[in-house]
Amino acid sequence: MAEPILEVKDLVKHYPLTQGIVLKKQVGAVRAVDGVSFSLTKGETLGIVGESGCGKSTLAKVLMNLEKATSGQVLFKGEDITRLSGAGLKAVRRNIQMVFQDPYTSLNPRMTVGDIIGEPFEIHPEVAPKGDRRRAVQDLLDVVGLNPEYINRYPHQFSGGQRQRIGIARGLALKPELIICDEPVSALDVSVQAQVINLLEQLQNEFRLSYMFIAHDLSIVRHISDRVGVMYLGKMVEIGTEEQIYSHPTHPYTQALLSAVPVPDPTGREHRERILLSGDIPSPANPPSGCRFRTRCWKAEERCSTEVPLLAVPSTLRGPAAHESACHFAEVRDVIGSG
Amino acid sequence: MTDMTKPARDGAGPGPDAVQVIGGGRESLVPGTPLLEVDDLHIKFHTRDGVAKAVNGVSYSVAAGETLAVLGESGSGKSVTAQAIMGILDMPPGKITKGSIRFRGEDLLTMSPKARRAVRGRKIAMIFQDALSSLNPVLSVGYQLGEMFRVHQGAGRKEAKEKAVELMERVRIPAARQRVGDYPHQFSGGMRQRIMIAMALALEPDLIIADEPTTALDVTVQAQVMDLLAELQAEFNMGLILITHDLGVVADVADKIAVMYAGRIVETAPVHELYARPAHPYTKGLLNSIPRLDQKGQNLYAIQGLPPSLLRIPSGCAFNPRCDRVQDVCHTELPRLVPVLDAEGADLPGRRSACHFWKETLHG
Repeated sequence: MAEPILEVKDLVKHYPLTQGIVLKKQVGAVRAVDGVSFSLTKGETLGIVGESGCGKSTLAKVLMNLEKATSGQVLFKGEDITRLSGAGLKAVRRNIQMVFQDPYTSLNPRMTVGDIIGEPFEIHPEVAPKGDRRRAVQDLLDVVGLNPEYINRYPHQFSGGQRQRIGIARGLALKPELIICDEPVSALDVSVQAQVINLLEQLQNEFRLSYMFIAHDLSIVRHISDRVGVMYLGKMVEIGTEEQIYSHPTHPYTQALLSAVPVPDPTGREHRERILLSGDIPSPANPPSGCRFRTRCWKAEERCSTEVPLLAVPSTLRGPAAHESACHFAEVRDVIGSG
Repeated sequence: MTDMTKPARDGAGPGPDAVQVIGGGRESLVPGTPLLEVDDLHIKFHTRDGVAKAVNGVSYSVAAGETLAVLGESGSGKSVTAQAIMGILDMPPGKITKGSIRFRGEDLLTMSPKARRAVRGRKIAMIFQDALSSLNPVLSVGYQLGEMFRVHQGAGRKEAKEKAVELMERVRIPAARQRVGDYPHQFSGGMRQRIMIAMALALEPDLIIADEPTTALDVTVQAQVMDLLAELQAEFNMGLILITHDLGVVADVADKIAVMYAGRIVETAPVHELYARPAHPYTKGLLNSIPRLDQKGQNLYAIQGLPPSLLRIPSGCAFNPRCDRVQDVCHTELPRLVPVLDAEGADLPGRRSACHFWKETLHG
């Protein structure tokens, strides 16, 4: 296996809950990300799925170093970025960029498209010398499939899909190696989503980008990802290749999640097996003991409340389907009938 | 609106049945009776930039016990049509310029406001997308649920609260009696959507309009909510209009589908047929753009371009700038919604397409 470009080791992000105004006292913590490890190689796409509140967006923020990690390591090309500051951090940030979910709020309405895409050059002038910037921005517009003559327009003159292209152009400006996409197409119209997904794939091939692709649409994640990680309440519960996760899910939560996704094909809908979870996701400020999924799990036993299941390859799994799962009773169950 | 004085049906206060929360005060419904018929509806909005033609001749019908899915992107007119049915369209700037909406044979648009009010909520109820902004944050959910009974049935405070608890149990909110005094922010998104459903069901309407009821929810919660809705619909034999852009949800629950584009219905079909053999290039494009297993690593099919602005709908067929089957006639002539025939020329029941080349799309 190739050298990983990003390696995350036991990453933890807790937000303290305090009481008192003058004498602040910590009374607890929201455990948004609680011990997550994974790695990502060059040119690879890792999809991260999970329900809202599972910590996937917090994970993205910590990887960008927009939030300081509570503990753990984020190694970008072997260098721990959680310990960096100043010039070192600035240099690393050039290589990790982000594309946000909402193209309506992530672009400044008072700036022209040229200024928005060119702003990264102000911070990292070494990428494009001053005289070349306009040219560089026009090239970027062309790369993402927008007319380079639109450089003086404002965001409101563009549709949602076009705005997302502007956001992607801004992410590409500094020629990063890793792009974190946080729900990049979920705010777009159905007929436009495919265009943006195609663009992302084309850019990946062209520039050998690595993607971390956070989304809740499981069919899009399957299409774009090489590997997929499933998160629940701050923990990675299962991780493997796209094929392993979708065709051989072993964690009950992954199985429930996959079976809950509506299949866009009415054939045989009366016979489709669907695992319905009861209740809602518990609060990350007070997660259940042992396995965090046990309060909604149909397999839960005594052991699940006392012993935290570790993310490891279950002993019953052999061959190409073997991948890591954090469940005491992990076993394959084909829930989407894909075989 | 002309002032026609039609007596408000069963608007005479609480009858003996009204005390019962479930099962009383309903006219008997036979499956298959047309409940609601929208006919040639036109809606325009007068804006600063000109007249936006939001709905341009929409016709559909729903029978008791039936689920009609209205599929469309933002700006296709699907929600505006629903607002017109409910009578909650903002007028002005909106204006219904043509058409009729008949509920059990009576035109809602020519009814007196009073008669209309008797229908709204009691006979036709609506579930909105965003439960947090549709519920009043400063009133307890029990109060808001009970309001339905106080206003429509003249129930007392105690009685209304009791019914609110029953409703909350009906939509399976755990510990309903303890939570009846809680405020909307104290509930999770899925629970709030259940409360919206409870509120819509309160007076046992004949028809429910659900406008993107699960778009804001996670998939596991979406599955719970859609299941609940389907179950309650079957129990009360209600008609359901499901407005959505999610091809997956539609495939799961719909009986028939109307696909909307730029304020027009471009295709109608029973659910299985639409997915198996679409007869309009737009529908076909939408279905093709769903990522499929065998396309891994390849480009997804993408419909080129963008949905049109409602201020400047292209002449002829509104889809012509994005269509890969476009011919000269598409630019000049508006395609009518015509019946779709199979290869032998026999009528396919319920199937219509507004494409000059439906034959080629369907069979080619």
